[in-house]
Parts: sequence; C-alpha cells; structure tokens
Amino acid sequence: MDPMMPPPVRRIVVEREPYVAPPTGQNGDGGTATLAPAPGAASAPRLRRPATNVRERMRVESVWLAYGDRWVVRDVSLPVRQGEVLALIGASGSGKTTLLRSLNRLTEVTAGAARAGRITLDGEEIHELEVNQLRRRVSMVFQQPNPFPMSILDNVAYALAEHPKHGRRRRRRTPELEATAADALRRAGLYDEVADDLNRPALRLSGGQQQRLCIARALAAQPEVLLLDEPCSALDPISTATIEELIVGLRESVAVVIVTHNLQQAQRVADHVAFMHLGELVEYGSSEQIFERPTMQRTRDYISGAFG
Amino acid sequence: MAAAEGTELRPLAPGPGVPVVRPRRQRTSSWPLIDRIGYGLCWATGLALCAIAIAIVLYMLVKGIGYLKPSLFVESPAPAVKQDEAGGFFDPIIGTFILTGLGILIAAPVGVAIAAWLSEYARPRALARAVESAIEMIGGVPSVVLAIFGLLVFSQGVLGFLSQRAANGAVYGRSFFAAGVIMAVLALPLIVGSVREGLAQVPDHMREAAYALGKTRASCIRHVLLPAIRPNVASGIVLGMGRIIGDTAIVTILIGVTLQNEAVGNVPIIGNLRGTGSTLTSYVYTNSPAGEGGAPQKAYAAAFVLLMIVLLLNAIVTRLSSDTKPLGRAAFAGRLRMIGRSLPWTQ
Repeated sequence: MDPMMPPPVRRIVVEREPYVAPPTGQNGDGGTATLAPAPGAASAPRLRRPATNVRERMRVESVWLAYGDRWVVRDVSLPVRQGEVLALIGASGSGKTTLLRSLNRLTEVTAGAARAGRITLDGEEIHELEVNQLRRRVSMVFQQPNPFPMSILDNVAYALAEHPKHGRRRRRRTPELEATAADALRRAGLYDEVADDLNRPALRLSGGQQQRLCIARALAAQPEVLLLDEPCSALDPISTATIEELIVGLRESVAVVIVTHNLQQAQRVADHVAFMHLGELVEYGSSEQIFERPTMQRTRDYISGAFG
Repeated sequence: MAAAEGTELRPLAPGPGVPVVRPRRQRTSSWPLIDRIGYGLCWATGLALCAIAIAIVLYMLVKGIGYLKPSLFVESPAPAVKQDEAGGFFDPIIGTFILTGLGILIAAPVGVAIAAWLSEYARPRALARAVESAIEMIGGVPSVVLAIFGLLVFSQGVLGFLSQRAANGAVYGRSFFAAGVIMAVLALPLIVGSVREGLAQVPDHMREAAYALGKTRASCIRHVLLPAIRPNVASGIVLGMGRIIGDTAIVTILIGVTLQNEAVGNVPIIGNLRGTGSTLTSYVYTNSPAGEGGAPQKAYAAAFVLLMIVLLLNAIVTRLSSDTKPLGRAAFAGRLRMIGRSLPWTQ
C-alpha cells in the first residue's frame, strides 16, 4: 500500500462500488457520456512543477465533525504537507469547508460544534494547544475579501501584534515592524501596487488586491499552515490568476490547503486532491491521479460534471 | 479603413434627433376610487406633518428671535421684579453643557460595553435576555419616574458626597452629579441600540478573520468591530445627547433649579458638579407662563436656542447615519423637480 495514502479511507472504499473498467487511454468505452473526462478539466494548464522538499505538518485521523446532532464530516483522514498544495473539492454540503475550518478550530465559533478523531499539528493534538496560539500557526483566508477597516499597513501590523498585551495600545511604528509588514505584502505579491501609500484605507483597494492583502495578513505572523476557503470565488479571472500563482509560490514555505468549487483551479494549483461527498472522503490522491485516473465512480462523475 | 470604421467607438449619447423614452409616473385616473382617496390621505397627512414641523420652527423663530439679544448669552439670571434686570441665560446654557457632557461621559462607555457584550458574548443566555429586557424597560420608563427614583437614591446618606449635606445630616440629593447619572440611564438605551445595530451589520467572516489570526474576542471588538461601526457609535451618542438636552423632568427634580449654578465646597470642578443649577429646559419651564411665569419673552428666546441645538444634533445624526454626501445644488434642484412631478395635481 502506498505510504502516502492514509489508511482509514477503507471504510468508504468498501461502501462505494469502485469504478470497474479502468480508463485505457483515449477511447476507453465507458458506456455513458459521463465517463468521458471533462474537456475543461483535461485542458486546464498546470501552474506548478512537481513539489520538492515535502514534509508532513498536519494529520487528520478518522475525524468526525458535527454541528449539533448532524455529523457533517464523517471519518475523514488526510495528511497536510508543507511543500505542496492540498485541494479539497466536492459539491456544496460535502463538508469540505467544515473540515478546513476544523484545522484551526474555527468550527468552535459555531455553537454546538463537536469533533471526534485526532487532528495533529507537528504531532501535537490541536485541541491541547492554546487556541489563539494554534490560529497564529494555522492561519486562514476567507471567501469574501475582508480587510479590516484600517490602513493597509495597520491590517498587516494588527496580525503581527504577537500578543493581545502588546497590541492593546496602537502599535508604535517601528522600522522592524514596517519591514516585516512590507515583507508580508511582498510575499502576497501586493507590495509593488501599494508601496507608494501604505497608509491608505484598505477598503479602497480593488477586490483582488483586498484578497491579497488578506493573504498578506494571514502570512504576516509566519504561519505553518495556510487555509484558503474558496479564495477566488468573489474575484475576476485576472485576480484569480494572480492569486493562483501566489498560492503555488507559497507552498515551499507553508503548507497550503485550499477549498474550491472550481475544478480547473484545483487542477492548476494542487499537488494532492481530496474529493469529498456528503461528509465522506471519497477519494484522496495526487492531482494527476484524481483528474486523470480516478478510481471511484463518484469521483469520475463529479470531475466530469455529472453532478455538483 | 473600412474595417476601422466598423470598430469606431459610438458617441457617448444618442444624437439630438433620436426620440428617447423615459418612464412616466403612473396616472392615478386609472386607479379605483378608494385607492385614490387613500393616496390623497397619505399626501395630506405627510403635508400636515411637514406643516406642523415648519410651524414650530417658524413660530419659535418669530417669537424667539425678536427677544434674542447677545447679552442674554453672557448674563447670569438675576432675581429681579423687572424683566430688564433679570439677566440672561448664561448659567442655564452652561448647565445644559455640563449635564449633557456628564451624562454622555457616563452613558457612552457603559452603553458601548453593554452592546458589545450583548452582541459578541451574551453568555449565559439567561443573563443576556435579562439585560436585554432591562434595557428595553429603561427605554420605556417615563423620565419623571427615573427622576423620582434618582432623588430617592441620591438622598441616601452614603451618597451625600455627590450632592450637599445639611447641618443635621440630611442629604439634599439634588446636584449635577445626581442628574448626570440619571441622564446617563436615560441615554443608555439609545446608545446600546445604535451600537448593537451596527454590530449586527458587521458580517461574521470579519470576526472570523480576526479569530483566524489568533486574536481574542476582546481584541477583535476593540480593533476590528468598534472601528468598523464608528458611525453607529457616534450617532448613538448624538441621539443620547439630544435626549438629555431635551429632558425637563429629570432636570426640574434632580438639579435643584436654582437661579444660578452654585458650587458646593471649594474644590473647583467637583464642587460645581456637587452643586445645583439649571438648564435651558428648566429655564424655559420656570420662565414660561406655565411655570412661575415671570418672563415669557426670555422663555421664548431660550426655547429658540434649545430648538436650534436639537436641530443641529438631528442634522449631525442624519449626516452620520447616511453614507451619501449632502446634496449638491444640482442634485437638490433635481430632487425638487422630481417632487414637483410627483404631486397629485400635476398628473
């Protein structure tokens, strides 16, 4: 068995009927039209070269997640590795966003959230860590660009204020702080566009710039894992392309997990892909394998556009 | 060049000869009679309300401005039989400012804190519900009841340091302090309401963005939410100020309504706040024919000043709570034309 594959997907494998005839090249007679690979998915250009220096940071082991009595994620196991991008794909209601939010315990903000199974960060159960400490290490960017109503520099500086005790007063603008903030903006590919006036209100930026500011903010405190919840769904294609390049560039220094509805995007940026359906992890594998040789019938249907 | 002509940009507007269709207002003649009557009544009531508002301002203007003299603003009220010697309303104006300032100084931080707790924490639930009903209740209590309650509280022996104590130990219970605290209670629901409304409008992902950076709830409130709803906080404060400035019952009962502001003891500011005085509202009341009635002209002048202060505050609230800039002249003319077109008899 492939050591990269987490073991507990077994439960799902036995439940689902596997795809019988493995696709054999171009004219594999799948019988129905849905089995033909989606033309868009096949032609999406790759942004990335093969990942190097891959190292596991987080581990999701037989995790179940609930809001109240409803278990919305059921028995999911995955590795999250630095040096590569992991994409969570699946239809609405498949639990992928919930799974993502559980990685920095943001699910706990919702009343009635519960969890079974283990999630570890560098071998430590995240429930044992102090929550704000954890969230500085596992940072998140949201679907809607949501810069805080302050200046561009203050947005990043606020994220940098290491401890609430130090952040209480308006932070003094030390040269180090400005340098670190500028560095975060540079990593997010925003610095050149805003360098002339970092004190301008962040809400004056365009949507794509706002989202890159949110990424800069999330990167400022040097997180180890970066979670992205459909970061491009509110953006135009040009901003999307910029952010996708950025995501691929980031994977060396930080483990990236991205939730996306956009299969081409997953194909462009991801090294590994997890396909979820109705709370279950149906299939996990390398991007090539999921998009070109899916082993499960459901995965095939989804990536070829039969549902979702 | 033929291809280039095909891609030539169109002019920004159709040419002068091209007929342009604009939407017209619906004609009421096609409506059922009952709808037309109802429509007319709506117009009539709206116009009546405007007429009343204009009448108040005009009446106070005509009545007040005639008696308004610069000297009224700088002279203290004096006991005199003749009105010419009775001074102006310098002390009541100062009293109004002190009382409003004191009330808001207490109400604003408390109100913002209550609103933030109710919107962001609200645990345990039962306590949150209790706080909510308490705020609603205070908002509905007539201010005269609050005033009587305040007198009861501030006449207690232990609170003598907030007003003055007679030789026999009885506590007077009337002072700027006492009135200020009760005024703060009066303004509190307005501030809480305005701040809560603002917090409810901030989308949840904004809070989550702060939590996702490892920020505590408190840090999120202080650095993200409150700056985001600054206009709501400001308009809550201004609404509260309007409420305090306009209230008469609390002033007449709790401030002593002495002719001049009188300090107690000789500590500068504390002494003034422990002392008694009056405000514009109590000045109007005591000078009007309804009160002791000596000087109706001065009552009108003071009422006019009071009205102007309140109108100014209202304008500030409108300005703060609307995102749009005030209308420019062209836009204003356009709006007038629009109103003109929509009058029932122009259709």
